[in-house]
Amino acid sequence: MTDATTENAAFFVRRETLPQEAAPLSVAGPLAWVRANLFSGPVNTILTLVCAYIVVTSLPEIIRFYFLDAVWTGSNRDACLAEKVGRPVGACWAYVADRFQYFVYGSYPVTQRWRVNIVFAMFALGVVWLLWNNAPLKKLGAFFFFVLLPISAYILLLGGPGAQNLLRYLIIATVALAGVYMVLSFAPSLLGFYTGAAQLAVEHELPPWKRFYRPKRLILMALVAFGLIAILDQSIGLPRVDTGLWGGMTVTFLIAAVGIVFSLPLGVVLALGRRSRLPIIQLLSVIFIEFVRGVPLITVLFMANTMLPLFVPQEWSPDRLLRPLVGVALFAAAYMAEVIRGGLQAIPKGQYEGAMSLGLGYWNMMRLIILPQALRIVIPGIVNTFIGLFKDTTLVTIVGIFDFLRTIEATLVDPTWATPTTRATGYAFAAIFYFLCCWGMSRYSISVERRLAAGQRR
Amino acid sequence: MNRFVSAALAVAATAAFAGGAQAQTGLLAQVKSRGQLICGVGPGLAGFGIPDAQGNWSGLDVDLCRAISAAVFNDPAKVKFIPLSSKDRFTALQSGEVDLLSRNTTWTMSRDTSLGLNFAGVNYYDGQGFMVRKKLGIDSALKLAGASVCTQQGTTTELNLADFFRANKLKYEVVAFASADETIKAYESGRCDAFTTDASGLYAERLKLGVPTDHIVLPEIISKEPLGPVVRHGDDTWLDIVKWTHFAMLNAEELGVTKTNLDEMLKSENPEIKRLLGTEGKFGEAVGLSNDWVVRIVKHVGNYGESFERNVGANSLLKIARGQNALWTKGGLQYAPPIR
Amino acid sequence: MTTIPTEPVQPGKASLLYDPKIRGYVYQLALLAVVGFLIYSAASNAIENLRAQKIASGFGFWHNAAGFDVNQKLIPFSASGSTYGQAFWVGLLNTLLVASIGIVLATFLGFFVGVARLSSNWILAKIAMVYVEVIRNLPLLLQLFFWYNAVLKPLPNPRQSIELPAGILLNNRGLYLPDPQLEPGGSLIVLTFLLGLVGAITFRYWARKQQEATGKQYPVGWIALGLVVVLPFFVYLLMGRPITFIYPELAGFNLRGGIQIFPEFVALLVGLTTYTAAFIAEVVRAGILAVSKGQSEAAHALGLRPGATLKLVVIPQAMRVIIPPLTSNYLNLTKNSSLAVAIGYPDLVQVFTGTVLNQTGQAVEVVAITMAVYLTISLVTSLFMNIYNKRMALVER
Repeated sequence: MTDATTENAAFFVRRETLPQEAAPLSVAGPLAWVRANLFSGPVNTILTLVCAYIVVTSLPEIIRFYFLDAVWTGSNRDACLAEKVGRPVGACWAYVADRFQYFVYGSYPVTQRWRVNIVFAMFALGVVWLLWNNAPLKKLGAFFFFVLLPISAYILLLGGPGAQNLLRYLIIATVALAGVYMVLSFAPSLLGFYTGAAQLAVEHELPPWKRFYRPKRLILMALVAFGLIAILDQSIGLPRVDTGLWGGMTVTFLIAAVGIVFSLPLGVVLALGRRSRLPIIQLLSVIFIEFVRGVPLITVLFMANTMLPLFVPQEWSPDRLLRPLVGVALFAAAYMAEVIRGGLQAIPKGQYEGAMSLGLGYWNMMRLIILPQALRIVIPGIVNTFIGLFKDTTLVTIVGIFDFLRTIEATLVDPTWATPTTRATGYAFAAIFYFLCCWGMSRYSISVERRLAAGQRR
Repeated sequence: MNRFVSAALAVAATAAFAGGAQAQTGLLAQVKSRGQLICGVGPGLAGFGIPDAQGNWSGLDVDLCRAISAAVFNDPAKVKFIPLSSKDRFTALQSGEVDLLSRNTTWTMSRDTSLGLNFAGVNYYDGQGFMVRKKLGIDSALKLAGASVCTQQGTTTELNLADFFRANKLKYEVVAFASADETIKAYESGRCDAFTTDASGLYAERLKLGVPTDHIVLPEIISKEPLGPVVRHGDDTWLDIVKWTHFAMLNAEELGVTKTNLDEMLKSENPEIKRLLGTEGKFGEAVGLSNDWVVRIVKHVGNYGESFERNVGANSLLKIARGQNALWTKGGLQYAPPIR
Repeated sequence: MTTIPTEPVQPGKASLLYDPKIRGYVYQLALLAVVGFLIYSAASNAIENLRAQKIASGFGFWHNAAGFDVNQKLIPFSASGSTYGQAFWVGLLNTLLVASIGIVLATFLGFFVGVARLSSNWILAKIAMVYVEVIRNLPLLLQLFFWYNAVLKPLPNPRQSIELPAGILLNNRGLYLPDPQLEPGGSLIVLTFLLGLVGAITFRYWARKQQEATGKQYPVGWIALGLVVVLPFFVYLLMGRPITFIYPELAGFNLRGGIQIFPEFVALLVGLTTYTAAFIAEVVRAGILAVSKGQSEAAHALGLRPGATLKLVVIPQAMRVIIPPLTSNYLNLTKNSSLAVAIGYPDLVQVFTGTVLNQTGQAVEVVAITMAVYLTISLVTSLFMNIYNKRMALVER
């Protein structure tokens, strides 16, 4: 009986011991690693050889072209022409060096470029402030980045009477606010002093200037920023620089920054709208989000460029640079809304219920409980959207804005640097720029993801 | 706090929109109160409208804007130039973003009638031509059978090109690009055998090529391209000003009034010159300008001939002959009605 | 004992101001009013502006003569007699052509790279990683410029075409393929091919049923190859080689004869494919990683080879995770094909929003039609993908 069974299943049963296999040559060390990871079988060996061939043939060529044979200095194309130099010429970095100012500032007047530099510095400060995890006073940083920076950048970059008027209004408004707060922070203690009914809250123990300083930092910072700009305006002057002259990385960063500053709040609103229980609000949000996500950015830009001027009264005709800015901000907002919606959906119901049981209303619940958690979860998604946005800024080229890529393209038709290798150099420079920015952002998002995951692990 | 921020943003937004916050009075009054003329020009066509490294514009079309600025403000620099691509130019003018378009724009019936625009004259008689490489060894556009032709999309050029090859029953392949830069780049790289645009543009674009002498402009002119300044419908005074600024420059040339001899000419007894320079009659005031408006134009910009030679003619890199653009007295087409 | 009054506590009558329902209505009405006002003022401004600018409105231009030429067209189109409406279809078909080919190629490349990134082969995984990181972090427009301006344009001119095998020529005017011409009897080959295709599909279906029923496996690949390739080839020999090729040859400026594939198309296709493939690779990688390791270990324990493990165990399960993001990548590719306008490929945006908009000046209509087309494509694609997704998801139990 048993025999019969084994007979039938003989396929799987071995009757005799196999001869012992020879000990593996090594299971550790570089040789074993090479064998396990590169030559573990015939298919793998072939793949390895093919890949190695690709690397060996292309990598030295790239290094030779971009470094060894490259030309680093020169003032016109003669420096990069093989006939003139008398040796094979690779990348013409001299061209990048020569045109670097143009790549950064576009046609922004040379004497006014310090204004762009200040904005760049403020932008860098804001970015570091917000992104660096241990930076102090994050709320102040957010205020700086989302409110002060756009206003200052607008005044500094554009200048002219309009901006100066705005600056004057802002200073008046800020001073007035500061006055109000000043009175408010002094008044109770003065009152208490005279009435004798001292309220001994910790807050009131502080000297008045500190009391003013602590909660009202925002106003103080605004006052300082506007004051500094006003001093600049008075001493050096901020003549108007038309947006038609702006260009290069300035415009690229400007579009990206405007996209970020406006799309995030707008995205939050749209995401909340989409999750709302009120049918009309939900419907409108869904229509907007799905419409924008369903069409290419380029058609949105075309629409902003050709149709926006039609939709507003004639005398309002929006500035040529403002149009794509509006388009990009709305476009990014729709994508941002979907990312944030993901975060909102990931918040467990208990959080909502907990907040409601504490008696918080909708807005307080969102502001204090839900959004801080939801936004935190989706930081990687938000950063990824920013990466997409940053790459998409190049599309404004097509509607005639001189962004960084466009300045590269424009120099490629300039006979001063017309050499066979200029194009490869220009594109390589553009690639390095975009890669560093995008890759940096994606690294950041990965590190945030890790940190968040660490919090989840417990 | 929030209200403050939103108020600030609202102010910022209004300020950003304030490109052309104008009352609905005449355009001349608006220009005067603004203290600046806003002129739509080409994004960079050598000889007609191109900014130098410092952002100073020059060119034949630019000179017309400067002449109007000189006539209105006695200062040729009170012009803001807005570079416009061929795709955006009409929308920009229609929407009031610019006061006039002086940007080698072809005067056609449909543009004049159905786009709500008025052409104020012809400051350059042009025609569409072809540029090819010298080494192709062809001397006529009729030998372009089977060729690839690069052109800019959204222009009359694209339509004329189709007409020409259709009329001559020649096969060809069109490669259309959105910008002039892309087009000339594609031609230079050999994507196309021929490059077509207005003849003036061919000469101007040729300067952008690595070795300009390697390329020749074929003799055929396949279309009429009268290029001129354009204004919106609805403000006839403004149209008159633009039109007569151009005519004044022509008349000045015809009467021999130049930048250099202006002071002597002011003393001239010739009644035509006296009327031109405003020493007799009140012709300037009739269009809302001062009577010495032509003096201002000639002093700051020069007459038409001077502007032509400086920008596109013998004294420029383009070296285009006067040809059709000579005065009618010299066998050309430029003819201005008299001032009287 | 005192009795506690059992009267139920009446909920305090909240003022209307705090009634969530009322508030909801008020909010919605307010929003509706704002949106309505915005739309109304935009529309009335537009009408006013259009009237002031004397721009015609309506879709009457659809039937007007176009008067311009397009180089790549899938339907007959010429400057003489064709209308703006036909120009629209030319552009739309070109968009669909590049998008559909791009989707197929990007899927293959993306799956390959995604699997390669997880390969045990170190060098292959690293190359795949570099590819994905570089491509994903560069703007598509830059890549298109690179392919078009830096790779395809410097190719030799038609006189010095690069000759590839099988009479294919490559130069800066494009890729020229021999044009097959069917002579009498040639249609039989096509017929055989089609029959072979149908046969192969039927056989595969049957073989699968058989395998499910009996566990017996058939060499589906070989038989399909025989039906689809070998059989038509035999017919081809039998009929006395009735297919001739017209080879492209130099005539005048350009090559004449053969099938010309324009460099703009090639650049766009290569750019879109490589770009989207990098994203698909990440989707695939994420999908495969989402399948628990136990699954592939179990498959290995059952004696399945790595290839079969991937094909039969891992990928089918990963597909469920992969499909939703894959869909959005397909849609992105389609939408990104609108960047054609930057390199002169006559797609919908280039032909319609570019040339037609300029010739007619009717921005509102033209942009609206273009957007409607992309919206439709998006909605239809997501519809189909949702159906497919549902079918895949049902397998789960």
